[in-house]
Amino acid sequence: MPPLLRFRKLSSFSEETISPKAKQSATVEKPKRRRSGRCSCVDSCCWLIGYLCTAWWLLLFLYHSVPVPAMLQAPESPGTRLSRDGVKALHPVILVPGIVTGGLELWEGRPCAEGLFRKRLWGASFTEILRRPLCWLEHLSLDSETGLDPPGIRVRAVPGLVAADHFAPCYFAWAVLIENLAKIGYEGKNLHMASYDWRLSFHNTEVRDQSLSRLKSKIELMYATNGYKKVVVVPHSMGAIYFLHFLKWVETPLHDGGGGGGPGWCAKHIKAVVNIGPAFLGVPKAVSNLLSAEGKDIAYARSLAPGLLDSELLKLQTLEHLMRMSHSWDSIVSLLPKGGEAIWGDLDSHAEEGHNCIYSKRKSSQLLLSNLHRQNYSVKPESWVKEPAKYGRIIAFGKRASELPSSQLSTLNIKELSRVDCTSNDSTSCGEFWSEYNEMSRESIVKVAENTAYTATTVLDLLRFIAPKMMRRAEAHFSHGIADDLDDPKYGHYKYWSNPLETKLPYAPEMEMYCLYGVGIPTERSYIYKLATSSNKCKSSIPFTIDGSVNGDDVCLKGGTRFADGDESVPVISAGYMCAKGWRGKTRFNPSGMETFVREYKHKPPGSLLESRGTESGAHVDIMGNVGLIDDVLRIAAGASGQEIGGDRIYSDVMRMSERISIKL
Amino acid sequence: MPLIHRKKPTEKPSSPPSEEVVVPDEDSQKKPHESSKSHHKKSNGGGKWSCIDSCCWFIGCVCVTWWFLLFLYNAMPASFPQYVTERITGPLPDPPGVKLKKEGLKAKHPVVFIPGIVTGGLELWEGKQCADGLFRKRLWGGTFGEVYKRPLCWVEHMSLDNVTGLDPAGIRVRAVSGLVAADYFAPGYFVWAVLIANLAHIGYEEKNMYMAAYDWRLSFQNTEVRDQTLSRMKSNIELMVSTNGGKKAVIVPHSMGVLYFLHFMKWVEAPAPMGGGGGPDWCAKYIKAVMNIGGPFLGVPKAVAGLFSAEAKDVAVARAIAPGFLDTDIFRLQTLQHVMRMTRTWDSTMSMLPKGGDTIWGGLDWSPEKGHTCCGKKQKSNETCGEVGENGVSKTKPVNYGRIISFGKEVAEAAPSEINNIDFRGAVKGQSIPNHTCRDVWTEYHDMGIAGIKAIAEYKVYTADEAIDLLHYVAPKMMARGSAHFSYGIADDLDDPKYQQPKYWSNPLETKLPNAPEMEIYSLYGVGIPTERAYVYKLNQSPDSCIPFQIFTSAQEEDEDSCLKAGVYNVDGDETVPVLSAGFMCAKAWRGKTRFNPSGIKTYIREYNHSPPANLLEGRGTQSGAHVDIMGNFALIEDIMRVAAGGNGSDIGHDQVHSGIFEWSERIDLKL
Repeated sequence: MPPLLRFRKLSSFSEETISPKAKQSATVEKPKRRRSGRCSCVDSCCWLIGYLCTAWWLLLFLYHSVPVPAMLQAPESPGTRLSRDGVKALHPVILVPGIVTGGLELWEGRPCAEGLFRKRLWGASFTEILRRPLCWLEHLSLDSETGLDPPGIRVRAVPGLVAADHFAPCYFAWAVLIENLAKIGYEGKNLHMASYDWRLSFHNTEVRDQSLSRLKSKIELMYATNGYKKVVVVPHSMGAIYFLHFLKWVETPLHDGGGGGGPGWCAKHIKAVVNIGPAFLGVPKAVSNLLSAEGKDIAYARSLAPGLLDSELLKLQTLEHLMRMSHSWDSIVSLLPKGGEAIWGDLDSHAEEGHNCIYSKRKSSQLLLSNLHRQNYSVKPESWVKEPAKYGRIIAFGKRASELPSSQLSTLNIKELSRVDCTSNDSTSCGEFWSEYNEMSRESIVKVAENTAYTATTVLDLLRFIAPKMMRRAEAHFSHGIADDLDDPKYGHYKYWSNPLETKLPYAPEMEMYCLYGVGIPTERSYIYKLATSSNKCKSSIPFTIDGSVNGDDVCLKGGTRFADGDESVPVISAGYMCAKGWRGKTRFNPSGMETFVREYKHKPPGSLLESRGTESGAHVDIMGNVGLIDDVLRIAAGASGQEIGGDRIYSDVMRMSERISIKL
Repeated sequence: MPLIHRKKPTEKPSSPPSEEVVVPDEDSQKKPHESSKSHHKKSNGGGKWSCIDSCCWFIGCVCVTWWFLLFLYNAMPASFPQYVTERITGPLPDPPGVKLKKEGLKAKHPVVFIPGIVTGGLELWEGKQCADGLFRKRLWGGTFGEVYKRPLCWVEHMSLDNVTGLDPAGIRVRAVSGLVAADYFAPGYFVWAVLIANLAHIGYEEKNMYMAAYDWRLSFQNTEVRDQTLSRMKSNIELMVSTNGGKKAVIVPHSMGVLYFLHFMKWVEAPAPMGGGGGPDWCAKYIKAVMNIGGPFLGVPKAVAGLFSAEAKDVAVARAIAPGFLDTDIFRLQTLQHVMRMTRTWDSTMSMLPKGGDTIWGGLDWSPEKGHTCCGKKQKSNETCGEVGENGVSKTKPVNYGRIISFGKEVAEAAPSEINNIDFRGAVKGQSIPNHTCRDVWTEYHDMGIAGIKAIAEYKVYTADEAIDLLHYVAPKMMARGSAHFSYGIADDLDDPKYQQPKYWSNPLETKLPNAPEMEIYSLYGVGIPTERAYVYKLNQSPDSCIPFQIFTSAQEEDEDSCLKAGVYNVDGDETVPVLSAGFMCAKAWRGKTRFNPSGIKTYIREYNHSPPANLLEGRGTQSGAHVDIMGNFALIEDIMRVAAGGNGSDIGHDQVHSGIFEWSERIDLKL
């Protein structure tokens, strides 16, 4: 509606500018018809506009007054069905949103943000990006030294359910799930959204906002006011590792920087953790995002306004500005792949070996795909037995480097490479722009890129090499390794709490861990990079870029990106491994042997436009509208156990992949 | 792209004129198309434009102008209105937030807001068929769009069950949570927003500010039964105190929130099954100060009129929102009855009935405000007004404020001996039902026969005590429900175990303050606005009305300065709460060590003289004393901020009194 109006307005202006000319011509040619001639043009314009408006209003009125035809009505929602079956709200539910879905609002700002007090900067309509882009970037960035608020700026998470029900108007995140929960009797007192500032590192949310303390107090309150029923926690995406951090934090004594809940807190208060699309072991996307701001989802702003941000409106360096902003967010570092080569594969082997790419003709091959999934690769046709994709090389410079046997790769050890910073800062034209690239000399950039490939372990070294300050800041809060000995006292430090491979689950044998995620969508797994042809006068531009011209003969390699099975953001291995193997049974990561369940939802794109984002989607965010998933969450909230909802439900190769990963359990 | 598409049609109409230039002898019509219309025009006798065309033309003009103005408005720099205001009225004072920030004040104590009645938003969680698509949309607050779209559905959802006072079956309407619950009541109509914005200047944010939103339709104890609101409030205050380094909380209740918090303080220290189990020193441990804004501690006379005939102004705010709409007959002829039915299901309206009876509110021949002169209209000629009060006793007759309801003006003014009361209490209600069309509307009046109505009218005069009895008589079911939750008396012996019951907790005359000698209680309210205090009623003769009583709006004095206006006797106050109700507790009953305040908590009175906004540009003013607008009063905001930043009563200047509150309080004879 508003854009339409704007167009009309423009057209009306153009009419007015046209009209004097017409007027003139009329007066010149036929003076005696002047009066009517002048009258005609302006009047006709007005008449036409009036006509259009009236027609528009009439249609609008009809649209509102005509009842929705039965055929357009949505099928019965899971909430209604379950409520009829007598499923009632039982356990209080806590929702933990992921990265980017939570809204942020302004509490204190620079003069350029006047009038935006308590208005949303992130989430909702994003109009401020368009109106004052630089101001917006400035306010959403954090301090690059501390990772906290820059002086004079306070941007805070929106509290309450509104924080993440809709990410943007009509783009639901939690709204559908909330509505279905309400149908079986949930409301404000037993449903809570634990919103937090997702830009901060997890520890800093407690330092600055006491978010963890609030969550603890909220859980205790809901437990007490709902007749001592344990809570069901539903984290999504990064929320899963945030909650992992919380689980560890809450049982750590106060003097060690924890919540002081004492051992047994989780066992007492939590019934189940239902992780939706959890990024337990990180996502490869985070690497590309940090390296060149090119990941798709994390740099969400890009996809929101692609035309605008890819163009050179923001003083020519959109991508660089975005990169500077996201480099100041510690939380993105939490999403870097964890577990190194043991999980993500080394130069030659990887867990997804034998993964088949048959996504292209999705509809026609639906059957085939499910067949294959079921029978695994025993039926793999001969033609697919060729040089398998090397997913382990998360970053490879050039297609050759991504395929060569490891012996032929350059044996550059990035840790030994001394960084040659160019001190002569001749890029005055872009001096204000902060990214660590502009302190790096061209030689070291070339050296880094020379015929090399990086695995999940070495890619961290690469990041440490090119962005030392950021990594130093963030690695005080996050760790990406695998623990050899979990009882080592060093793992008491909070930086290990959000890494499932470096913490133990709490001692709570009756608690249940669920991993719910979508499968059947190609998901970014590794990248082929090239050196950017730096034609820019500005030297500080990003020197690497994904080599979009590299395409494989199957869909697994497209636009310089290799894809694996997943939910479009999180590969299966990251979402499912912990529940499928790392925590299954009594392992060293799960000392009390709490039960884990893997529930996969096969992606099925919406049948028609009317369905909009579909009720059977498996995509990372859209899955929150998946009826199967909602059904499961509702049943768990109403008291069902994992066995009662059907135990594991697996379509992908996650079990076999997990088998191939050999870490000590 | 779309621009080009748009342009095409606009070129069309500009082409006909040129055609006409070629064929000049055609008649002068310039209709671009529609031949069917052209012969219609001919029949119009050569008129150039048919009616429809003129309409379209007119709409087009209006739209173009509108868009143009809209464009200008959007293109206008944000500081423009402020600039204009400053040019007209001179430089504006700094908002208190900016001013105090310069002084170096910093956020210190966590702040809790407790909204009053009607200001908190309510949203739908489960509804009937007719409310489809309104899930988690606001039914109360916001734009009130639904009142217009589906009025009956709205009334149905806003009503509570008239037996239990809880949700009706199949409907769940819940309070909106968070600061958004009551920052704005309607778009552009601030409640807490100004205070929040100013507090944010000195460093407050979500983690040290908390809006204790509750469902204001329920009785106080039911908010705990249904929503556990009191438990949440307790847990939130404890959390905020512990995360803010043990700094005690400053509580800022407004209007009915004052009573709600009184209830809370008692609840939180009461033992577990009925109370919060916080122990006897909970308040001392967690609360620094309670800053009551416009608190109706002793109730408001308005509530009587509201329940008696749905005619009070604020309680039935729905009326004020759309007066024209609600007073007409769109709701199938019985708007007022529908509103009355709805408000009568809300227990909370009964919490505001006058408390303390004749002892506080005055009897037949006396009232504490005796001698008050009404010169609200002529603020500027204040001195002459005072003279009239002293010399011209003959001119202004003393008003019998004690007679809260009187039937007829003569009765309101008569000497007590002249009034013949016929006791209504035992009167038979009678079977002859005066009006049969009222059946489907549930008010208890349709159970009452003509005899009952007559009995009421013949009793003539009702004081505060009798007004309660009157309500018991006309609405026995409602009052039975309400008196299980509220009490309106004065305690003789506060240690009587019966006062352990929740129904006494919100009545300051029947509870003791907690044992917290370091706590401070403030009473902040506006004065200088005529406030409803007593009513003149008449029987409603109109045949199609279901409410048999009506305020006698033609009861007037010719005298401008009279306190009687349109059937209502006014007294000093903030437009809703009379000074007596807002100030008495802090001025006398709690001052020093009394039986209501055993630990001698310090009390302060801060009055703010109302001065209306000088011009339209100021909006609702920065010096207003009106019940809700006072939340934008700079002086009040400054006081709150100083206390929140660590100040105490003597730092902000002890009492600040403009009205006769101390004098009036002296006249009240209450055992302390």
